[in-house]
Amino acid sequence: MLAGQIRVSVPDRSLRADLRAVSIVWRRELIRFRRDRLRAVTSLIQPVLFLFILGTGLASLAKSGMPPGVSFKTFIFPGVVAMSVLFTAIFSAASIVWDREFGFLREMLVAPVSRSAIVIGKCLGGATIATFQGILMLLLAGLADVPYNPVLLITLVGELLLLAFTLTAFGVMMAARITQFQAFMALTQMLVMPLFFLSGALYPLTGLPGWLSVLTRIDPLTYVVGPMRHAVVSHLNISPIAQRALSPGVTWDGWVVPIWLSLVIVAAMGLAMMSVAIVTFSKTE
Amino acid sequence: MGAGTRLGTDRRGRRQAVAADTGPDAGPGDTVVADRTEARPAIRVSELTKTYGEIEAVRGIDFEVRAGETFGFLGPNGAGKSTTIKILCTLAKPTSGNAWVAGRNVRTERDAVRRNIGLVFQDTTLDNYLTGAQNLRFHAELYGVPAAAVAPRMRQVLEMVDLWDRRDSLVMTYSGGMQRRLEIARGLLHAPHVLFLDEPTVGLDPQTRSSIWEYINDLKTREDITIFLTTHYMDEAEHCDRIAIIDHGKIVAIDTPEALKASVGKDRVQIHTENDAAAISELASAFGIEAGVHEGAVTFSVTSGEQFVPQLFARLTVPIAAVSVSRPSLDDVFMSYTGTTIRDAEATGNDAMRQMAARFRGRR
Repeated sequence: MLAGQIRVSVPDRSLRADLRAVSIVWRRELIRFRRDRLRAVTSLIQPVLFLFILGTGLASLAKSGMPPGVSFKTFIFPGVVAMSVLFTAIFSAASIVWDREFGFLREMLVAPVSRSAIVIGKCLGGATIATFQGILMLLLAGLADVPYNPVLLITLVGELLLLAFTLTAFGVMMAARITQFQAFMALTQMLVMPLFFLSGALYPLTGLPGWLSVLTRIDPLTYVVGPMRHAVVSHLNISPIAQRALSPGVTWDGWVVPIWLSLVIVAAMGLAMMSVAIVTFSKTE
Repeated sequence: MGAGTRLGTDRRGRRQAVAADTGPDAGPGDTVVADRTEARPAIRVSELTKTYGEIEAVRGIDFEVRAGETFGFLGPNGAGKSTTIKILCTLAKPTSGNAWVAGRNVRTERDAVRRNIGLVFQDTTLDNYLTGAQNLRFHAELYGVPAAAVAPRMRQVLEMVDLWDRRDSLVMTYSGGMQRRLEIARGLLHAPHVLFLDEPTVGLDPQTRSSIWEYINDLKTREDITIFLTTHYMDEAEHCDRIAIIDHGKIVAIDTPEALKASVGKDRVQIHTENDAAAISELASAFGIEAGVHEGAVTFSVTSGEQFVPQLFARLTVPIAAVSVSRPSLDDVFMSYTGTTIRDAEATGNDAMRQMAARFRGRR
């Protein structure tokens, strides 16, 4: 017997082993995010610019469309918070491409755990970070005349979590196929702004020309920005008519999509994209 | 899971240690050791082939590695070393043939193979933004090391490679040699039966290379483990108990370094002349010796080099600028089995297979 050796026997694959794998992949994302405070700050800059510069600049133009006592900043606040989540979620998915370039992905892929555990861990990790980034934006609610109502804030955080998960799953799905960092960044940059602009974050979705109306309805972001705006508007101290004018809901050919269905659509898209990512990662040479 | 040794029985009825023991007086742990060092070979390879499209990277190889052995795969880049190691690690599927690692089939028992092997790749696979300890912790969780064993085992492997004091530094602050040591420690963390080292010292300076070898030799005395490594450095192959020489996807020789050198039996003579072609033809006509140009010098083998050199000066008309005589080395072994030196084999970079291999050495 060799003196002092710690004997270890690695157990067979089990659900518990896979859960440990999910947990450590998730924790690694958090450790790396905590170490990268600069990213947390710089990711805030763009949403803040939209909220305060664009929001203030366009306020006088938008005044005619707003009910009395409601500022344009309040109107775009939910969309701008969603935007901060959008950027962070996509960037955290990019870490897979980064891991591939620096070899760490291989350390994960050769481990005796299922690939789904690794993909799920990544998606949950990215979702957590992106939600945290969204919460930082939510702290600025008062500056956009959005009340710090606990029920409102909890609702918004829940919706952000769902959005963050789906967007990370989208990013991970792309990262499973695109192996070069530059290509991934170019492609996501190309997609991020259209996703944001088509979500109705900056304008109401009613009375749009047909082509734009269709495009906005296929943007997954729309189905989170709508419910978020509904939550914000219903906590404003204005008449029900004004509330309905500000947040008419997402419509399909005149039919108002209920909020629960909106959120189910987003969750289903996230799960579908995560499944595609799992299948892609499970293929070997 | 508590500390101390407990024996459990897995689904296949094999006895195994469930948790950690920390000393030689652990009693039942001894049976575990006996279980490990049984006669079963650590690696068995049978008629293995691998083709990538048109290219045959591995063309039917057979060998066995005994438990506890340090076994080296020696050959130029593109000879099929990395492909073989990939198959043994279940990272690539064999085209035909079969292989067993720690008694598990690489085709059908992928997870079981992976749990029983440690891997150190040519390219680093560390997370530079985590500390050394965090990298190990990540590995321990992925490999399901029992929670109670994680901390003591981490300390043990980190102390083994002298990185315990640097465990809380970010990996990006480590030197190349330290990173390689950390990878070796990580490969050992889950106490694998077989440790695969793919070119463990490539890209390191000579001093760091020799220190890595000290760690590898040291770990043989501490861990109950079989080491399978690939290298294209001749001097490193000397550290192995046995080596297999692989060239163009086939094993051309397999034995201990001493036996391989003895099998060559001749000294190697290299001469620098003003006219190599004339010297080669004169060597053939005057002495009946077949010579060739290797590494820029006319090279040939004779039974006793020192006695031959005076005759050489007396009878060769081509002026000789310099001469060297060397005892058989693994270089000569390689040359006698493949007809070329390993450096020359590396230099001909236009080989299609070599390019293919280079591509597969890259990341997936």
